[in-house]
Amino acid sequence: MAKLLIQFAHPALEKSRTNRILLEAVQDLPFVTINDLYELYPDFDIDIDREQDLLLQHDYLIFQHPFYWYSAPAMVKQWEDLVLEHGWAYGHEGVALTGKKMLNVLTAGGRNEAYQTSGYNRFTIRQFLAPFDQTATLCKMIYLPPFVVHGTHRMPDEGIQEAARQYRSLLTRLADDDFDPEAVRPMAYLNDLITEQQSL
Amino acid sequence: MTQSVLFQAMVYLAAGVLFVPIAKRLGLGSVLGYLLAGVFIGPAVLGLVGEEGQDIMHFAEFGVVIMLFLIGLELEPELLWKLRVPILGLGGLQVVLTTLLAGGGALLLGQPWQAALAIGMIIAMSSTAIVLQTMNEKGLMQAAAGQSTFAVLLFQDVAVIPILAIMPRLATYPVAESGEAAHPSVLSTLPEWLQPLAVVGAVISVVMLGRFGMRPLFRIIARTGMREVFIATALLLVVGVALLMQSVGLSPALGAFVAGVVLANSEYKHELESDIDPFKGLLLGLFFISVGASIDFNLILQNPALIVGLVAGIMTLKALIIGLLGKRFGLSTDQNLTFALALSQVGEFAFVLLSFSRQNGVLSEETNGILTACVALSMALTPIVFLVNERLLLPRIGTLAKPDRETDNIEEKNPVIVAGFGRFGNIVGRFLRANGVETTVLDFDSDRVDVLRKLGLKVYYGDASRYDLLRSAGAASAKLIIIALDSPEKSLELVETIRKHFPNLKILVRANDRDDAYDFIDLGVDHIYRETLDTSLRMGVDALRLLGMRAYHSERLARLFRRHDEAALQELASVRRDSRQYFSTARRRIRELEQLLGSDTPDRWLKGIGEGWDAESLREEARRSSD
Repeated sequence: MAKLLIQFAHPALEKSRTNRILLEAVQDLPFVTINDLYELYPDFDIDIDREQDLLLQHDYLIFQHPFYWYSAPAMVKQWEDLVLEHGWAYGHEGVALTGKKMLNVLTAGGRNEAYQTSGYNRFTIRQFLAPFDQTATLCKMIYLPPFVVHGTHRMPDEGIQEAARQYRSLLTRLADDDFDPEAVRPMAYLNDLITEQQSL
Repeated sequence: MTQSVLFQAMVYLAAGVLFVPIAKRLGLGSVLGYLLAGVFIGPAVLGLVGEEGQDIMHFAEFGVVIMLFLIGLELEPELLWKLRVPILGLGGLQVVLTTLLAGGGALLLGQPWQAALAIGMIIAMSSTAIVLQTMNEKGLMQAAAGQSTFAVLLFQDVAVIPILAIMPRLATYPVAESGEAAHPSVLSTLPEWLQPLAVVGAVISVVMLGRFGMRPLFRIIARTGMREVFIATALLLVVGVALLMQSVGLSPALGAFVAGVVLANSEYKHELESDIDPFKGLLLGLFFISVGASIDFNLILQNPALIVGLVAGIMTLKALIIGLLGKRFGLSTDQNLTFALALSQVGEFAFVLLSFSRQNGVLSEETNGILTACVALSMALTPIVFLVNERLLLPRIGTLAKPDRETDNIEEKNPVIVAGFGRFGNIVGRFLRANGVETTVLDFDSDRVDVLRKLGLKVYYGDASRYDLLRSAGAASAKLIIIALDSPEKSLELVETIRKHFPNLKILVRANDRDDAYDFIDLGVDHIYRETLDTSLRMGVDALRLLGMRAYHSERLARLFRRHDEAALQELASVRRDSRQYFSTARRRIRELEQLLGSDTPDRWLKGIGEGWDAESLREEARRSSD
């Protein structure tokens, strides 16, 4: 069974209804490790050795975060800068992460329609996530489509609960390696993997 | 036989020292221990003490006065206001119903109506001393039963005043020769229209004295730093108030209670509490011994059936009335059982009322003697009733009833205690308060307490390293204690006390310097803050910036230094007794740190500081691939 590392980043979790519920829904899964970055490093003083050890122990690197300014909160960038070292994660000798899988789990206030080339934000989520995609590729990892919870600004509690259930079954499925990565890669959202299964 | 005071004191103390631990060991509670001690040294067994028992009892009643003062201290006026329904409803109905029913019973037994009414009122009283002491020992005061019990007892204490006023009008027998009332009152010398005014005036003066007189006085006394003078002042206050109340014909216990309530919001609350508490304990013990010694076993042996029947009847009647009221006032079954049984005895005020009624010719000598024996017996039975309730009744009923919800706590209970509110503690304290964390602050500097109170902060005066003060500040239920005392010795003492008595508390301690920190590490304290470390590093960072270094880099260097220094501190603490090893370890640590910060060695620590943003290895790889 694959092991999943959730790099969780939210500078004000106490204000985030959605992320709290999502986290609660998966925290008891035995194959999941939650690494709460803002809780661990309130001074941005990241313990690189610890973070690299954690990565080595897991098969999945999952960034769970709110979608701030079309990207992740600052801590995620700081983490990438410091932990994904040359000679370790990339470069000729940097093979530590080879073959591991990576994805983003996002909460976004705007609705799905806003993130279309014809929409309000002019680009799709996948396009905004290009830096993550390429970071994974440079580190010889397999980048999977994101799991996105849209429209959190106006989402009723039942909607969040439903998203949390989907999140939980998605992680379970990833851990079981119960899917074909190549078939999944062109999908817009990994959410489709779960809804597809339900419609079968 | 005239015995020396010393001999008497020795007999009383020895009896207490001998019997109370035995009783405690057998799980009987201290009150029963004292009562048994009294029976043992009294006329019934050894006969070491006899006639003076009554005098001692009068003296020891002062224990009840102190107890009510302490209860008053615990009760802030708002809380008293919250309890108004149980006090007036439960307490009032209890006194009225018991008086009517017990009086009716006495009427049926052939007493004239005046005597029957007096008997009813006497029987309506319960024993504040025994009940509150026992409940405190069993930790029942905060429970619903404890609160209701307290409300009823408080009402009874107030009710004594009108009862004393009514008594003389019920006289049917010739007034006893002494003629004088039990409480000699200055009041009787005043013209009749002035008397109510004097009573009101006395109460007002107690309130005024407490509010405006006592705090400045305590402040001055506290500043002298002499604990015994502080204790003497506290006792003087209680004695003075008791005397004042007695002189206008009010119950001294009630006066002390009022004085306590007035001082409940004062910063000296905890200190007063822990200073006076031992006196309360000793005097109450003495009181219980004298009750035990005054049980007239001859009289009981002459009319065994009558007295046993009366005691059983009285206690059953009282328990039934109180239980019924408790049910009406919504107590759950198990709490109500405790409540009803706790108040089923007749109390010490009955002794006062009995002697008062004898002197005023309300009751016959014979009735008086029999009732006195009944009162003493019912008091002696109370601890046993508690035991039966606890061991036999509650286990059966308690499982049926739902666990009772806790009522509001009387005592202040905050999650954080701050010991020492000086230059260090006050910043931590203000930070926590600003973020909505309630703190109980203890400080030993009376001038500072004074200033802080003027700023509107709730601060208590007292030496935080004392167990009793910690306990009354709620250490048993708090989560954290922040120790910010100026004296390292006091801090160590405090840590040891907490470790021993309050293992629930997480300790955050301020240390002056390394040596202090080592001592705390030895005691196993995890959260140690050297008071100058962070400020010094901040200053270092500013110095680097003034020398032209970039701000973010300076900050990171400071964090690195601190991490290294904290690790070194832990390592050095274990080897510091061995001076050779200590200095070699310290030299190595300093060398490491200087290498780390000053040279270009590709050390792991240094790597963390900037490598990610500008990796030399990356440039090298790029050069090689372009070759």
